[in-house]
Amino acid sequence: MVSIRQKLRTDGLPDFRNLGVIARTLLGVHALVFAIVLAAHPDLAQAVQAFVRAAALLEPALVASLCLLAAATPWLRRLPYGGGFAAALALAGAAAAASHALLGEAAPAGLARTLAYALAAAALVLAYLRLRERAFSPALAEARLAALQSRIRPHFLFNSLNTVLALMRRDPRRAEQALEDLAELFRALMSDARTLVPLAEEVALAERYAAIEQLRLGERLRLAWDLDAAPMDALLPPLVLQPVLENAVHHGIEPSAGPGEVSVRIERRGDRVRATVENTHLPASGAEAPRPGNRIALENIRERLALYFDAEARLETRAEAGRFCVEIDIPYRSQAA
Amino acid sequence: MRPLRVFIADDEAPARERLKALLDDIAAEVPNVLAGEAASGLQALERLPDSGADVLLLDIQMPGIAGLELARHVAALERAPALIFVTAHDRHAVEAFELNALDYLLKPVRAVRLAAALRKAVATGPASAERLARAAGAAREFFSVAARNRITLVPVSEVLYLKAGQKYVTLRTRAGEHLLEESLVQLEREFAGRFVRIHRNCLVARAAIRGFERASCGEEGEPHWEVVLEGVPERLPVSRRQWQAVRALAGGQTHG
Repeated sequence: MVSIRQKLRTDGLPDFRNLGVIARTLLGVHALVFAIVLAAHPDLAQAVQAFVRAAALLEPALVASLCLLAAATPWLRRLPYGGGFAAALALAGAAAAASHALLGEAAPAGLARTLAYALAAAALVLAYLRLRERAFSPALAEARLAALQSRIRPHFLFNSLNTVLALMRRDPRRAEQALEDLAELFRALMSDARTLVPLAEEVALAERYAAIEQLRLGERLRLAWDLDAAPMDALLPPLVLQPVLENAVHHGIEPSAGPGEVSVRIERRGDRVRATVENTHLPASGAEAPRPGNRIALENIRERLALYFDAEARLETRAEAGRFCVEIDIPYRSQAA
Repeated sequence: MRPLRVFIADDEAPARERLKALLDDIAAEVPNVLAGEAASGLQALERLPDSGADVLLLDIQMPGIAGLELARHVAALERAPALIFVTAHDRHAVEAFELNALDYLLKPVRAVRLAAALRKAVATGPASAERLARAAGAAREFFSVAARNRITLVPVSEVLYLKAGQKYVTLRTRAGEHLLEESLVQLEREFAGRFVRIHRNCLVARAAIRGFERASCGEEGEPHWEVVLEGVPERLPVSRRQWQAVRALAGGQTHG
Protein backbone atom coordinates (compact mmCIF):
# COMPACT_ATOMS: atom_id res chain seq x y z
CA MET A 1 0.00 0.00 0.00
CA VAL A 2 1.27 3.41 -0.92
CA SER A 3 0.55 5.94 1.74
CA ILE A 4 0.37 9.70 1.76
CA ARG A 5 2.81 9.44 4.67
CA GLN A 6 5.42 8.49 2.16
CA LYS A 7 4.70 11.58 0.13
CA LEU A 8 4.53 13.87 3.08
CA ARG A 9 7.41 12.55 5.15
CA THR A 10 9.82 15.25 6.21
CA ASP A 11 12.96 13.15 6.44
CA GLY A 12 13.79 13.25 2.72
CA LEU A 13 14.49 15.70 -0.07
CA PRO A 14 11.60 17.18 -2.00
CA ASP A 15 10.43 15.33 -5.12
CA PHE A 16 12.01 17.29 -7.99
CA ARG A 17 9.76 15.53 -10.49
CA ASN A 18 6.84 17.35 -8.97
CA LEU A 19 5.63 20.37 -10.93
CA GLY A 20 4.98 22.35 -7.77
CA VAL A 21 8.54 21.83 -6.53
CA ILE A 22 9.97 22.71 -9.95
CA ALA A 23 7.91 25.89 -10.19
CA ARG A 24 8.86 26.96 -6.68
CA THR A 25 12.55 26.36 -7.39
CA LEU A 26 12.49 28.36 -10.63
CA LEU A 27 10.60 31.24 -9.03
CA GLY A 28 12.76 31.17 -5.91
CA VAL A 29 16.08 31.34 -7.76
CA HIS A 30 14.87 34.12 -10.05
CA ALA A 31 13.55 36.11 -7.13
CA LEU A 32 16.90 35.69 -5.41
CA VAL A 33 18.83 36.94 -8.45
CA PHE A 34 16.48 39.86 -8.87
CA ALA A 35 16.90 40.86 -5.23
CA ILE A 36 20.70 40.82 -5.59
CA VAL A 37 20.63 42.80 -8.85
CA LEU A 38 18.22 45.31 -7.33
CA ALA A 39 20.56 45.82 -4.39
CA ALA A 40 23.48 46.50 -6.77
CA HIS A 41 21.62 48.93 -9.08
CA PRO A 42 19.69 51.77 -7.47
CA ASP A 43 17.95 52.59 -10.77
CA LEU A 44 15.02 50.26 -11.53
CA ALA A 45 15.38 50.31 -15.35
CA GLN A 46 19.07 49.44 -15.06
CA ALA A 47 18.26 46.75 -12.54
CA VAL A 48 15.75 45.14 -14.90
CA GLN A 49 18.29 45.14 -17.74
CA ALA A 50 20.93 43.65 -15.50
CA PHE A 51 18.43 41.04 -14.33
CA VAL A 52 17.66 40.01 -17.92
CA ARG A 53 21.42 39.65 -18.65
CA ALA A 54 21.98 37.69 -15.45
CA ALA A 55 18.96 35.47 -16.11
CA ALA A 56 20.22 34.60 -19.60
CA LEU A 57 23.48 33.40 -18.10
CA LEU A 58 21.72 31.68 -15.21
CA GLU A 59 19.15 29.69 -17.20
CA PRO A 60 21.40 26.89 -18.58
CA ALA A 61 22.81 26.11 -15.15
CA LEU A 62 19.40 26.23 -13.47
CA VAL A 63 17.64 24.06 -16.02
CA ALA A 64 20.53 21.58 -16.03
CA SER A 65 20.41 21.40 -12.21
CA LEU A 66 16.67 20.73 -12.25
CA CYS A 67 17.05 18.02 -14.87
CA LEU A 68 19.79 16.33 -12.87
CA LEU A 69 17.81 16.62 -9.65
CA ALA A 70 14.66 15.26 -11.26
CA ALA A 71 16.57 12.30 -12.69
CA ALA A 72 18.29 11.64 -9.38
CA THR A 73 15.21 12.11 -7.20
CA PRO A 74 14.41 8.40 -6.62
CA TRP A 75 17.97 7.87 -5.46
CA LEU A 76 18.23 11.16 -3.51
CA ARG A 77 15.07 10.46 -1.57
CA ARG A 78 16.44 7.19 -0.28
CA LEU A 79 19.34 9.00 1.40
CA PRO A 80 19.04 10.49 4.88
CA TYR A 81 18.35 14.22 4.70
CA GLY A 82 21.96 15.36 5.35
CA GLY A 83 23.38 13.07 2.65
CA GLY A 84 20.64 14.00 0.20
CA PHE A 85 21.21 17.70 0.86
CA ALA A 86 24.96 17.35 0.14
CA ALA A 87 24.30 15.27 -3.00
CA ALA A 88 21.79 17.82 -4.29
CA LEU A 89 24.29 20.64 -3.69
CA ALA A 90 26.94 18.63 -5.54
CA LEU A 91 24.57 18.17 -8.50
CA ALA A 92 23.78 21.87 -8.62
CA GLY A 93 27.49 22.68 -8.41
CA ALA A 94 28.29 20.25 -11.24
CA ALA A 95 25.61 21.83 -13.43
CA ALA A 96 26.99 25.30 -12.69
CA ALA A 97 30.55 24.20 -13.48
CA ALA A 98 29.45 22.62 -16.76
CA SER A 99 27.54 25.74 -17.74
CA HIS A 100 30.57 27.86 -16.83
CA ALA A 101 32.79 25.77 -19.05
CA LEU A 102 30.29 25.99 -21.93
CA LEU A 103 29.94 29.76 -21.65
CA GLY A 104 33.74 30.11 -21.83
CA GLU A 105 34.63 33.77 -22.49
CA ALA A 106 31.03 34.91 -21.91
CA ALA A 107 31.09 33.70 -18.31
CA PRO A 108 30.46 36.66 -16.02
CA ALA A 109 32.65 35.49 -13.14
CA GLY A 110 35.42 33.07 -12.33
CA LEU A 111 34.72 29.38 -11.69
CA ALA A 112 35.09 29.72 -7.92
CA ARG A 113 32.59 32.55 -7.68
CA THR A 114 30.13 30.82 -10.02
CA LEU A 115 30.32 27.71 -7.85
CA ALA A 116 29.84 29.73 -4.69
CA TYR A 117 26.73 31.43 -6.13
CA ALA A 118 25.28 28.14 -7.33
CA LEU A 119 25.85 26.38 -4.01
CA ALA A 120 24.41 29.27 -2.01
CA ALA A 121 21.31 29.46 -4.24
CA ALA A 122 20.81 25.69 -4.08
CA ALA A 123 21.18 25.65 -0.29
CA LEU A 124 18.68 28.50 0.09
CA VAL A 125 16.12 26.81 -2.19
CA LEU A 126 16.47 23.49 -0.38
CA ALA A 127 16.09 25.22 2.98
CA TYR A 128 12.98 27.03 1.74
CA LEU A 129 11.42 23.83 0.39
CA ARG A 130 12.15 22.06 3.66
CA LEU A 131 10.61 24.86 5.70
CA ARG A 132 7.57 24.79 3.47
CA GLU A 133 7.20 21.04 3.85
CA ARG A 134 7.45 21.42 7.61
CA ALA A 135 4.76 24.07 7.60
CA PHE A 136 2.44 21.64 5.82
CA SER A 137 3.47 18.84 8.12
CA PRO A 138 1.94 15.39 7.72
CA ALA A 139 0.03 15.70 10.98
CA LEU A 140 -1.60 18.88 9.74
CA ALA A 141 -2.22 17.51 6.27
CA GLU A 142 -3.68 14.31 7.69
CA ALA A 143 -6.00 16.23 9.98
CA ARG A 144 -7.17 18.34 7.05
CA LEU A 145 -7.66 15.24 4.93
CA ALA A 146 -9.69 13.52 7.62
CA ALA A 147 -11.84 16.60 8.05
CA LEU A 148 -12.36 16.89 4.31
CA GLN A 149 -13.17 13.25 3.84
CA SER A 150 -15.80 12.83 6.51
CA ARG A 151 -18.22 15.20 4.86
CA ILE A 152 -21.11 13.26 3.46
CA ARG A 153 -24.53 14.71 2.99
CA PRO A 154 -26.65 13.63 5.98
CA HIS A 155 -29.56 13.91 3.61
CA PHE A 156 -28.07 11.02 1.59
CA LEU A 157 -27.81 8.74 4.63
CA PHE A 158 -31.38 9.35 5.76
CA ASN A 159 -32.85 9.00 2.30
CA SER A 160 -30.94 5.73 1.84
CA LEU A 161 -32.13 4.35 5.16
CA ASN A 162 -35.65 5.34 4.22
CA THR A 163 -35.30 3.45 0.94
CA VAL A 164 -34.05 0.36 2.74
CA LEU A 165 -36.94 0.55 5.22
CA ALA A 166 -39.37 0.70 2.33
CA LEU A 167 -37.81 -2.37 0.68
CA MET A 168 -37.74 -4.38 3.90
CA ARG A 169 -41.22 -5.88 3.59
CA ARG A 170 -41.64 -6.18 -0.17
CA ASP A 171 -38.15 -7.26 -1.16
CA PRO A 172 -36.01 -8.28 1.82
CA ARG A 173 -33.20 -9.51 -0.44
CA ARG A 174 -32.75 -6.14 -2.10
CA ALA A 175 -32.99 -4.46 1.25
CA GLU A 176 -30.14 -6.67 2.44
CA GLN A 177 -28.11 -5.79 -0.61
CA ALA A 178 -28.73 -2.08 -0.13
CA LEU A 179 -27.61 -2.27 3.49
CA GLU A 180 -24.45 -4.10 2.41
CA ASP A 181 -23.74 -1.37 -0.13
CA LEU A 182 -24.35 1.27 2.48
CA ALA A 183 -21.99 -0.48 4.90
CA GLU A 184 -19.24 -0.54 2.27
CA LEU A 185 -19.70 3.14 1.60
CA PHE A 186 -19.45 4.03 5.24
CA ARG A 187 -16.46 1.79 5.72
CA ALA A 188 -14.69 3.78 3.02
CA LEU A 189 -15.85 7.05 4.54
CA MET A 190 -14.42 6.16 7.90
CA SER A 191 -11.28 4.54 6.56
CA ASP A 192 -7.73 5.79 6.71
CA ALA A 193 -7.65 8.95 4.64
CA ARG A 194 -3.93 8.67 3.91
CA THR A 195 -3.94 5.42 1.99
CA LEU A 196 -4.02 5.61 -1.78
CA VAL A 197 -6.35 3.04 -3.31
CA PRO A 198 -6.42 1.35 -6.71
CA LEU A 199 -8.93 2.69 -9.21
CA ALA A 200 -10.73 -0.67 -9.23
CA GLU A 201 -11.68 -0.10 -5.59
CA GLU A 202 -12.87 3.45 -6.25
CA VAL A 203 -14.99 2.27 -9.16
CA ALA A 204 -16.52 -0.53 -7.07
CA LEU A 205 -17.37 1.99 -4.38
CA ALA A 206 -18.94 4.38 -6.88
CA GLU A 207 -21.00 1.48 -8.26
CA ARG A 208 -22.25 0.63 -4.77
CA TYR A 209 -23.28 4.23 -4.30
CA ALA A 210 -24.99 4.23 -7.69
CA ALA A 211 -26.91 1.05 -6.79
CA ILE A 212 -28.38 2.74 -3.73
CA GLU A 213 -29.36 5.84 -5.66
CA GLN A 214 -30.87 3.70 -8.41
CA LEU A 215 -33.24 2.10 -5.88
CA ARG A 216 -34.26 5.49 -4.62
CA LEU A 217 -34.59 7.36 -7.91
CA GLY A 218 -35.58 4.49 -10.19
CA GLU A 219 -36.21 5.50 -13.80
CA ARG A 220 -35.08 9.05 -13.19
CA LEU A 221 -31.43 8.05 -12.90
CA ARG A 222 -29.78 6.73 -16.06
CA LEU A 223 -26.15 5.81 -15.62
CA ALA A 224 -23.64 5.14 -18.35
CA TRP A 225 -20.21 3.76 -17.46
CA ASP A 226 -17.36 3.87 -19.92
CA LEU A 227 -14.46 2.07 -18.26
CA ASP A 228 -12.97 0.14 -21.19
CA ALA A 229 -9.81 2.24 -21.22
CA ALA A 230 -9.66 2.71 -17.45
CA PRO A 231 -6.35 1.74 -15.82
CA MET A 232 -7.76 -0.26 -12.92
CA ASP A 233 -4.38 -0.45 -11.18
CA ALA A 234 -3.89 3.34 -11.07
CA LEU A 235 -3.59 4.70 -7.54
CA LEU A 236 -5.67 7.61 -6.36
CA PRO A 237 -6.87 9.11 -3.11
CA PRO A 238 -9.95 7.36 -1.71
CA LEU A 239 -13.39 8.86 -2.26
CA VAL A 240 -12.61 11.05 -5.24
CA LEU A 241 -14.94 9.44 -7.76
CA GLN A 242 -17.95 8.78 -5.51
CA PRO A 243 -18.42 12.38 -4.33
CA VAL A 244 -18.24 13.65 -7.93
CA LEU A 245 -20.91 11.11 -8.86
CA GLU A 246 -22.98 12.12 -5.82
CA ASN A 247 -22.63 15.72 -6.89
CA ALA A 248 -23.89 14.87 -10.37
CA VAL A 249 -26.91 13.01 -8.98
CA HIS A 250 -27.67 15.72 -6.44
CA HIS A 251 -27.52 18.62 -8.88
CA GLY A 252 -28.40 16.93 -12.15
CA ILE A 253 -31.00 14.28 -11.34
CA GLU A 254 -32.74 15.12 -8.08
CA PRO A 255 -34.00 18.60 -9.06
CA SER A 256 -35.63 17.27 -12.21
CA ALA A 257 -38.92 15.35 -12.31
CA GLY A 258 -38.07 13.68 -15.61
CA PRO A 259 -35.25 11.22 -16.29
CA GLY A 260 -31.69 12.46 -16.56
CA GLU A 261 -28.39 10.90 -17.50
CA VAL A 262 -25.08 10.68 -15.69
CA SER A 263 -22.09 9.33 -17.57
CA VAL A 264 -18.73 8.31 -16.13
CA ARG A 265 -15.71 7.86 -18.36
CA ILE A 266 -12.24 6.98 -17.10
CA GLU A 267 -9.26 6.55 -19.34
CA ARG A 268 -5.50 6.56 -19.32
CA ARG A 269 -3.69 9.02 -21.55
CA GLY A 270 0.03 8.41 -21.43
CA ASP A 271 1.12 9.03 -17.88
CA ARG A 272 -2.15 10.74 -16.94
CA VAL A 273 -5.46 9.36 -15.76
CA ARG A 274 -8.57 11.29 -16.70
CA ALA A 275 -11.99 10.83 -15.16
CA THR A 276 -14.96 12.66 -16.65
CA VAL A 277 -18.35 12.76 -14.97
CA GLU A 278 -21.12 14.42 -16.93
CA ASN A 279 -24.72 15.00 -16.05
CA THR A 280 -27.69 16.49 -17.81
CA HIS A 281 -28.18 19.83 -16.27
CA LEU A 282 -31.27 21.95 -16.18
CA PRO A 283 -31.04 25.51 -17.38
CA ALA A 284 -31.32 27.88 -14.45
CA SER A 285 -34.94 28.79 -15.08
CA GLY A 286 -36.03 30.12 -11.75
CA ALA A 287 -38.20 27.19 -10.75
CA GLU A 288 -35.47 24.66 -11.32
CA ALA A 289 -32.42 26.70 -10.46
CA PRO A 290 -29.24 24.79 -9.62
CA ARG A 291 -28.92 24.04 -5.94
CA PRO A 292 -26.30 25.73 -3.84
CA GLY A 293 -23.41 23.74 -2.46
CA ASN A 294 -22.11 22.47 -5.78
CA ARG A 295 -18.93 24.46 -5.47
CA ILE A 296 -18.27 23.35 -1.88
CA ALA A 297 -18.28 19.64 -2.72
CA LEU A 298 -15.99 20.10 -5.71
CA GLU A 299 -13.72 22.50 -3.84
CA ASN A 300 -13.34 19.82 -1.18
CA ILE A 301 -12.16 17.27 -3.75
CA ARG A 302 -9.87 19.79 -5.40
CA GLU A 303 -8.24 20.53 -2.05
CA ARG A 304 -7.74 16.84 -1.33
CA LEU A 305 -6.20 16.26 -4.76
CA ALA A 306 -3.82 19.16 -4.05
CA LEU A 307 -2.79 17.58 -0.76
CA TYR A 308 -1.89 14.36 -2.54
CA PHE A 309 -0.57 15.56 -5.87
CA ASP A 310 0.34 19.22 -5.28
CA ALA A 311 0.22 21.06 -8.61
CA GLU A 312 0.03 17.89 -10.69
CA ALA A 313 -3.69 17.23 -10.31
CA ARG A 314 -6.40 19.18 -12.05
CA LEU A 315 -10.14 19.41 -11.44
CA GLU A 316 -12.12 21.39 -13.96
CA THR A 317 -15.79 22.01 -14.46
CA ARG A 318 -17.66 22.98 -17.60
CA ALA A 319 -21.28 23.96 -17.96
CA GLU A 320 -22.50 23.82 -21.52
CA ALA A 321 -25.80 23.41 -23.36
CA GLY A 322 -27.74 21.45 -20.79
CA ARG A 323 -24.78 19.46 -19.51
CA PHE A 324 -22.49 19.87 -16.53
CA CYS A 325 -19.11 18.22 -16.70
CA VAL A 326 -16.45 17.58 -14.06
CA GLU A 327 -13.03 16.51 -15.28
CA ILE A 328 -10.32 15.17 -12.99
CA ASP A 329 -6.83 14.72 -14.33
CA ILE A 330 -4.17 13.08 -12.15
CA PRO A 331 -0.76 11.53 -12.80
CA TYR A 332 -0.82 7.81 -13.49
CA ARG A 333 0.86 5.90 -10.71
CA SER A 334 0.37 2.20 -10.42
CA GLN A 335 0.87 -0.16 -7.53
CA ALA A 336 3.75 -1.82 -9.33
CA ALA A 337 5.80 1.38 -9.70
CA MET B 1 -65.43 8.29 13.02
CA ARG B 2 -64.82 8.79 9.29
CA PRO B 3 -61.37 7.54 8.28
CA LEU B 4 -58.83 10.26 7.60
CA ARG B 5 -58.10 10.80 3.91
CA VAL B 6 -54.34 11.08 3.48
CA PHE B 7 -52.55 12.28 0.33
CA ILE B 8 -48.83 11.49 -0.15
CA ALA B 9 -46.56 13.73 -2.24
CA ASP B 10 -42.98 12.50 -2.59
CA ASP B 11 -40.78 12.17 -5.67
CA GLU B 12 -39.20 8.92 -4.51
CA ALA B 13 -41.25 5.77 -5.02
CA PRO B 14 -39.72 3.88 -2.05
CA ALA B 15 -40.48 6.82 0.23
CA ARG B 16 -44.14 6.79 -0.81
CA GLU B 17 -44.25 3.04 -0.35
CA ARG B 18 -42.83 3.36 3.15
CA LEU B 19 -45.40 5.97 4.17
CA LYS B 20 -48.21 3.77 2.82
CA ALA B 21 -46.93 0.83 4.85
CA LEU B 22 -46.81 2.97 7.97
CA LEU B 23 -50.31 4.32 7.39
CA ASP B 24 -51.48 0.70 7.18
CA ASP B 25 -49.72 -0.08 10.44
CA ILE B 26 -51.41 2.71 12.36
CA ALA B 27 -54.85 2.20 10.77
CA ALA B 28 -56.23 0.67 13.97
CA GLU B 29 -55.08 3.62 16.02
CA VAL B 30 -55.77 6.41 13.51
CA PRO B 31 -58.28 5.15 10.93
CA ASN B 32 -57.14 6.35 7.53
CA VAL B 33 -57.43 5.74 3.80
CA LEU B 34 -55.12 6.78 0.98
CA ALA B 35 -56.70 9.70 -0.87
CA GLY B 36 -54.03 9.79 -3.57
CA GLU B 37 -50.35 10.19 -4.26
CA ALA B 38 -48.12 12.32 -6.44
CA ALA B 39 -44.48 12.14 -7.56
CA SER B 40 -44.00 15.87 -8.10
CA GLY B 41 -45.31 19.17 -6.86
CA LEU B 42 -47.21 19.94 -10.04
CA GLN B 43 -48.80 16.48 -10.03
CA ALA B 44 -49.85 17.05 -6.43
CA LEU B 45 -51.58 20.32 -7.33
CA GLU B 46 -53.33 18.60 -10.19
CA ARG B 47 -54.63 15.67 -8.17
CA LEU B 48 -55.26 17.19 -4.76
CA PRO B 49 -58.49 19.12 -5.45
CA ASP B 50 -60.45 16.01 -6.52
CA SER B 51 -58.95 13.71 -3.92
CA GLY B 52 -60.90 15.11 -1.00
CA ALA B 53 -57.77 14.78 1.13
CA ASP B 54 -57.90 15.84 4.78
CA VAL B 55 -54.14 15.66 5.27
CA LEU B 56 -51.24 16.14 2.87
CA LEU B 57 -47.90 14.47 3.64
CA LEU B 58 -45.55 16.67 1.65
CA ASP B 59 -41.88 16.06 0.91
CA ILE B 60 -40.16 19.40 1.28
CA GLN B 61 -37.63 18.89 -1.53
CA MET B 62 -39.26 17.80 -4.73
CA PRO B 63 -38.27 18.68 -8.26
CA GLY B 64 -40.02 21.48 -10.12
CA ILE B 65 -41.43 23.56 -7.31
CA ALA B 66 -40.14 24.16 -3.80
CA GLY B 67 -42.10 22.37 -1.07
CA LEU B 68 -42.88 25.48 0.91
CA GLU B 69 -44.15 27.33 -2.14
CA LEU B 70 -46.27 24.34 -3.09
CA ALA B 71 -47.74 24.45 0.42
CA ARG B 72 -48.78 28.07 -0.09
CA HIS B 73 -50.66 27.20 -3.26
CA VAL B 74 -52.28 24.22 -1.56
CA ALA B 75 -53.39 26.45 1.29
CA ALA B 76 -55.21 28.62 -1.25
CA LEU B 77 -57.50 25.71 -2.20
CA GLU B 78 -61.15 25.96 -1.28
CA ARG B 79 -60.95 22.76 0.76
CA ALA B 80 -57.33 22.92 1.81
CA PRO B 81 -55.95 19.82 3.55
CA ALA B 82 -53.93 20.00 6.75
CA LEU B 83 -50.19 19.92 6.01
CA ILE B 84 -47.42 17.74 7.38
CA PHE B 85 -43.98 18.29 5.89
CA VAL B 86 -41.64 15.33 5.52
CA THR B 87 -37.90 15.78 5.07
CA ALA B 88 -34.67 13.81 5.14
CA HIS B 89 -32.73 16.87 6.18
CA ASP B 90 -31.37 17.21 9.66
CA ARG B 91 -32.69 19.64 12.20
CA HIS B 92 -30.20 22.27 11.17
CA ALA B 93 -31.45 22.24 7.59
CA VAL B 94 -35.04 22.24 8.80
CA GLU B 95 -34.31 25.49 10.57
CA ALA B 96 -32.96 26.87 7.32
CA PHE B 97 -36.27 25.99 5.67
CA GLU B 98 -38.08 27.99 8.37
CA LEU B 99 -40.21 24.96 9.06
CA ASN B 100 -39.92 25.33 12.80
CA ALA B 101 -43.29 26.95 13.09
CA LEU B 102 -44.93 24.20 11.05
CA ASP B 103 -45.42 20.49 11.57
CA TYR B 104 -42.82 18.27 10.06
CA LEU B 105 -41.58 14.68 10.22
CA LEU B 106 -38.00 13.56 9.72
CA LYS B 107 -37.21 10.68 7.35
CA PRO B 108 -37.04 7.83 8.11
CA VAL B 109 -40.46 8.38 9.65
CA ARG B 110 -41.54 6.34 12.68
CA ALA B 111 -45.07 4.99 13.01
CA VAL B 112 -45.70 6.61 16.41
CA ARG B 113 -44.59 10.02 15.16
CA LEU B 114 -46.74 9.71 12.07
CA ALA B 115 -49.79 8.82 14.19
CA ALA B 116 -49.16 11.74 16.52
CA ALA B 117 -48.67 14.16 13.62
CA LEU B 118 -51.91 13.01 11.96
CA ARG B 119 -53.89 13.47 15.18
CA LYS B 120 -52.43 16.92 15.68
CA ALA B 121 -53.07 17.91 12.06
CA VAL B 122 -56.71 16.97 12.37
CA ALA B 123 -57.00 19.01 15.55
CA THR B 124 -55.38 22.16 14.16
CA GLY B 125 -56.79 22.01 10.62
CA PRO B 126 -55.24 23.47 7.49
CA ALA B 127 -52.32 25.85 7.79
CA SER B 128 -53.24 29.41 6.95
CA ALA B 129 -51.80 30.95 3.81
CA GLU B 130 -50.45 33.91 5.79
CA ARG B 131 -48.58 31.70 8.21
CA LEU B 132 -46.99 29.83 5.30
CA ALA B 133 -46.13 33.09 3.57
CA ARG B 134 -44.37 34.26 6.73
CA ALA B 135 -42.45 30.98 6.97
CA ALA B 136 -41.46 31.09 3.31
CA GLY B 137 -39.76 34.47 3.50
CA ALA B 138 -38.67 34.38 -0.13
CA ALA B 139 -40.78 35.50 -3.05
CA ARG B 140 -42.82 32.89 -4.89
CA GLU B 141 -41.91 31.62 -8.32
CA PHE B 142 -45.52 31.04 -9.34
CA PHE B 143 -48.83 32.80 -8.88
CA SER B 144 -51.66 30.43 -8.18
CA VAL B 145 -54.91 31.23 -9.84
CA ALA B 146 -57.78 29.45 -8.14
CA ALA B 147 -60.92 28.77 -10.11
CA ARG B 148 -63.66 26.34 -9.06
CA ASN B 149 -61.37 24.54 -6.61
CA ARG B 150 -58.72 24.10 -9.32
CA ILE B 151 -55.32 25.60 -9.21
CA THR B 152 -53.49 26.98 -12.21
CA LEU B 153 -49.88 28.03 -11.74
CA VAL B 154 -48.57 31.01 -13.65
CA PRO B 155 -44.77 31.47 -13.49
CA VAL B 156 -43.96 34.89 -12.07
CA SER B 157 -41.42 35.30 -14.88
CA GLU B 158 -44.22 35.26 -17.49
CA VAL B 159 -46.18 38.09 -15.91
CA LEU B 160 -46.02 41.42 -17.76
CA TYR B 161 -48.05 43.54 -15.38
CA LEU B 162 -50.42 43.45 -12.42
CA LYS B 163 -53.33 45.86 -12.37
CA ALA B 164 -55.63 46.39 -9.43
CA GLY B 165 -59.36 46.52 -10.11
CA GLN B 166 -62.33 46.88 -7.81
CA LYS B 167 -61.95 43.56 -6.03
CA TYR B 168 -59.22 41.60 -7.77
CA VAL B 169 -55.81 42.13 -9.25
CA THR B 170 -55.60 41.38 -12.96
CA LEU B 171 -52.49 39.49 -13.96
CA ARG B 172 -51.45 39.88 -17.59
CA THR B 173 -49.23 37.44 -19.46
CA ARG B 174 -48.55 37.30 -23.16
CA ALA B 175 -51.12 34.52 -23.38
CA GLY B 176 -53.95 36.13 -21.44
CA GLU B 177 -55.33 37.44 -18.20
CA HIS B 178 -56.04 35.93 -14.79
CA LEU B 179 -57.56 37.25 -11.60
CA LEU B 180 -55.68 37.17 -8.30
CA GLU B 181 -57.21 37.56 -4.87
CA GLU B 182 -54.27 39.45 -3.43
CA SER B 183 -53.50 43.03 -2.60
CA LEU B 184 -51.29 45.08 -4.87
CA VAL B 185 -49.40 46.49 -1.88
CA GLN B 186 -48.42 43.01 -0.69
CA LEU B 187 -47.46 41.96 -4.21
CA GLU B 188 -45.29 45.04 -4.55
CA ARG B 189 -43.50 44.20 -1.32
CA GLU B 190 -42.99 40.51 -2.18
CA PHE B 191 -41.67 41.14 -5.69
CA ALA B 192 -39.89 44.43 -5.11
CA GLY B 193 -36.95 43.50 -7.37
CA ARG B 194 -39.03 42.29 -10.27
CA PHE B 195 -41.91 44.75 -10.59
CA VAL B 196 -41.99 48.51 -10.52
CA ARG B 197 -45.00 50.63 -9.61
CA ILE B 198 -45.98 52.96 -12.44
CA HIS B 199 -49.35 54.04 -11.14
CA ARG B 200 -51.49 53.86 -8.01
CA ASN B 201 -53.15 50.73 -9.45
CA CYS B 202 -50.41 49.13 -11.54
CA LEU B 203 -47.13 47.18 -11.21
CA VAL B 204 -45.09 46.45 -14.35
CA ALA B 205 -42.40 43.77 -14.78
CA ARG B 206 -39.14 45.61 -15.32
CA ALA B 207 -37.99 43.06 -17.89
CA ALA B 208 -41.13 43.61 -19.96
CA ILE B 209 -40.66 47.36 -20.40
CA ARG B 210 -39.66 48.17 -23.97
CA GLY B 211 -39.83 51.92 -23.72
CA PHE B 212 -41.95 54.97 -23.06
CA GLU B 213 -44.08 57.12 -25.26
CA ARG B 214 -45.58 60.53 -24.76
CA ALA B 215 -49.37 60.46 -24.94
CA SER B 216 -50.72 63.86 -25.82
CA CYS B 217 -54.09 63.43 -24.25
CA GLY B 218 -55.16 60.35 -22.37
CA GLU B 219 -58.19 59.67 -20.26
CA GLU B 220 -56.97 62.10 -17.68
CA GLY B 221 -57.06 64.84 -20.23
CA GLU B 222 -53.47 66.04 -19.81
CA PRO B 223 -50.22 64.94 -21.45
CA HIS B 224 -48.47 62.04 -19.72
CA TRP B 225 -46.07 59.16 -20.37
CA GLU B 226 -47.10 55.64 -21.27
CA VAL B 227 -45.18 52.37 -20.88
CA VAL B 228 -44.72 50.34 -24.06
CA LEU B 229 -44.57 46.63 -23.27
CA GLU B 230 -42.89 43.66 -24.86
CA GLY B 231 -45.32 41.37 -26.65
CA VAL B 232 -48.68 43.05 -25.95
CA PRO B 233 -50.25 46.02 -27.72
CA GLU B 234 -51.75 47.88 -24.76
CA ARG B 235 -50.03 50.92 -23.24
CA LEU B 236 -50.09 51.69 -19.55
CA PRO B 237 -50.19 55.22 -18.21
CA VAL B 238 -47.46 56.32 -15.83
CA SER B 239 -48.66 58.62 -13.09
CA ARG B 240 -47.02 61.99 -12.52
CA ARG B 241 -45.89 60.87 -9.06
CA GLN B 242 -44.13 57.70 -10.28
CA TRP B 243 -42.59 59.13 -13.46
CA GLN B 244 -39.21 60.13 -11.97
CA ALA B 245 -38.68 56.79 -10.25
CA VAL B 246 -39.82 54.77 -13.28
CA ARG B 247 -37.60 56.69 -15.68
CA ALA B 248 -34.59 56.26 -13.39
CA LEU B 249 -35.15 52.50 -13.25
CA ALA B 250 -35.63 52.16 -16.98
CA GLY B 251 -32.38 54.01 -17.64
CA GLY B 252 -33.84 56.71 -19.90
CA GLN B 253 -34.77 54.43 -22.82
CA THR B 254 -37.47 56.84 -23.95
CA HIS B 255 -38.58 57.61 -27.44
CA GLY B 256 -41.44 59.70 -28.74
